[in-house]
Amino acid sequence: MPIVGVGNPDRSDDAAGLLVARRLRELGVDAQEHTSDPLALIDAWDEAGEAILIDTVVTGAAPGTITKWDASKTPLPPDQFCCSTHAFGIAETVEIARSLGQLPAQLLIYGIEGSRFELGGSPSAEVVAAVEQVAQQIAVSVESYRFLRSRLSLPSETEP
Amino acid sequence: MSSSPGKSRTIKVDCLARVEGEGALFVKMKGDRVTDVKLKIYEPPRLFEAFLRGRHFSEVPDIVARICGICPIAYQMSAVHAIERALGVPVDPAVRMLRRLFYCGEWIESHALHIFMLHAPDFLGYPDAIQMARDYRAVVEQALRLKKIGNRIVTLMGGREIHPVSVAVGGFYRVPARGELSPLLEDLKWALDASLQSVKLVAGFEFPDFEQPYEFVSLSHPDEYPFNEGRLVSNKGLDIDVAEYEEHFVEQHVKHSNALQSVLRARGSYMVGPLARFNLNFARLPEVAQQAARDARLSLPCNNPFRSIIARAVEMVFACWEAIRVIEAYEPPAAPRAAVTVHAGVGCAATEAPRGTLYHRYRIDDQGLVQFAKIVPPTSQNQKRMEEDLWQFVPQLANRPTDEVTWKCEQALRNYDPCISCATHFLRLHLERE
Repeated sequence: MPIVGVGNPDRSDDAAGLLVARRLRELGVDAQEHTSDPLALIDAWDEAGEAILIDTVVTGAAPGTITKWDASKTPLPPDQFCCSTHAFGIAETVEIARSLGQLPAQLLIYGIEGSRFELGGSPSAEVVAAVEQVAQQIAVSVESYRFLRSRLSLPSETEP
Repeated sequence: MSSSPGKSRTIKVDCLARVEGEGALFVKMKGDRVTDVKLKIYEPPRLFEAFLRGRHFSEVPDIVARICGICPIAYQMSAVHAIERALGVPVDPAVRMLRRLFYCGEWIESHALHIFMLHAPDFLGYPDAIQMARDYRAVVEQALRLKKIGNRIVTLMGGREIHPVSVAVGGFYRVPARGELSPLLEDLKWALDASLQSVKLVAGFEFPDFEQPYEFVSLSHPDEYPFNEGRLVSNKGLDIDVAEYEEHFVEQHVKHSNALQSVLRARGSYMVGPLARFNLNFARLPEVAQQAARDARLSLPCNNPFRSIIARAVEMVFACWEAIRVIEAYEPPAAPRAAVTVHAGVGCAATEAPRGTLYHRYRIDDQGLVQFAKIVPPTSQNQKRMEEDLWQFVPQLANRPTDEVTWKCEQALRNYDPCISCATHFLRLHLERE
């Protein structure tokens, strides 16, 4: 199951997705950091039954608020994801993949509310706390997922 | 809403979609007369030229790569060529060829993105590529695959697909072995065919009947379609060494924009980019690209900016063909980069970014530190011409509803594939009808 954290490591709270991926690896869960072309994510999802994506969002909620979407069922709110200055961000990439029939059967997106995006800054304390919470939640759900697969005698997955 | 004679209206696009970066467009009309056009680039200045002062010349390629996520290679290429001139660094011919291959990767990824994902929806009547993908799935899949092949070249040459890290003054930190490049050939042969199909597809679009007496400017090389070398030429008599650039071009500050507008001192606005390169360098295109252009009825000179999408597709054919040629002939250089002897010096260079000519000049001191840097990106050079196109184009739309005028204005700007991130950084349109 591809687990991908996206963001910009040099723009304060926008690093949240990347920090979750790093923390997941510390917890023994394979997770990738993606800092480049969002459209390239479509390849990572290719043939994936399930996938998880973590990104910073701006919904107007309090900093560090965690929002979950099942993007395979409903379109993402395009103006709540930290947009790319280069035309295609995460919301657009998800919708292109949906138009092309290349969305995973389940694409779970964790959004961590950001509030500051200055260049070279550190993430806020609220975002750092949310990063830990999201990493723990994903680690638990991945563990449950593996357990269920083993109980159902499904073949183990090749790690992404 | 149609306009009445003498009635004014304002068209505002607060957030121009499908362009790179952030800005706004404001058009004011009285009846069928345009009374004001402002391309407002409100993104704060990014101050890269100031960041570079005091940095060692070897850091420059990595710093300027950060100016743009779409065309970092262009920034790196103009920078290293300018610094190599300042310091008198000879470049191995094999390194020169690798730099052409690197540029091919950037042109393929950038042109595929703009042709299909940003500009084609205008011609096919969709608000964006997402809606277009539902009806033109094969086209969008092809575009993504083309872009991916461009990304592969960039990743292989540059270490990663965005903001590459391999470019050094004098060459590269690491050059690929032959065996690393040859696996690209199969994909590139597919990409060449896909690019030829792309030219056919975009040639079938409907184009507004709009032509202007443009001054086209680009590099021109006696033997090659230009990337990194050549004289700066135009269709109106300009023919200069790049060292004379600042004698002929000047950047002006306009109150409504945070990006400087570059003009020719003698004649004002001008156009750089695929259409300019095509018009000025058709003879240096390989036969396969020339024939594709002829089949697409893209005749010389083409003065219709909306047809730039065809020129861009023809350039994609060229970039695939050139990448294949370079890889097939590749012999690694004796050393990845030439040794550099530090001394004080001044050097400038222009290379051809996907969106047009990109000029850099550096003054280096005897410690190898940058004392002064000047960067003139293609969008700054096209900015005044974009405004002038709208002054001429909007009257054709005077009787059309405001929504349609707005869309057509955005389309006209997208002819230039503006990268506002480079020129400072998103676009919004205001149309005011009195």
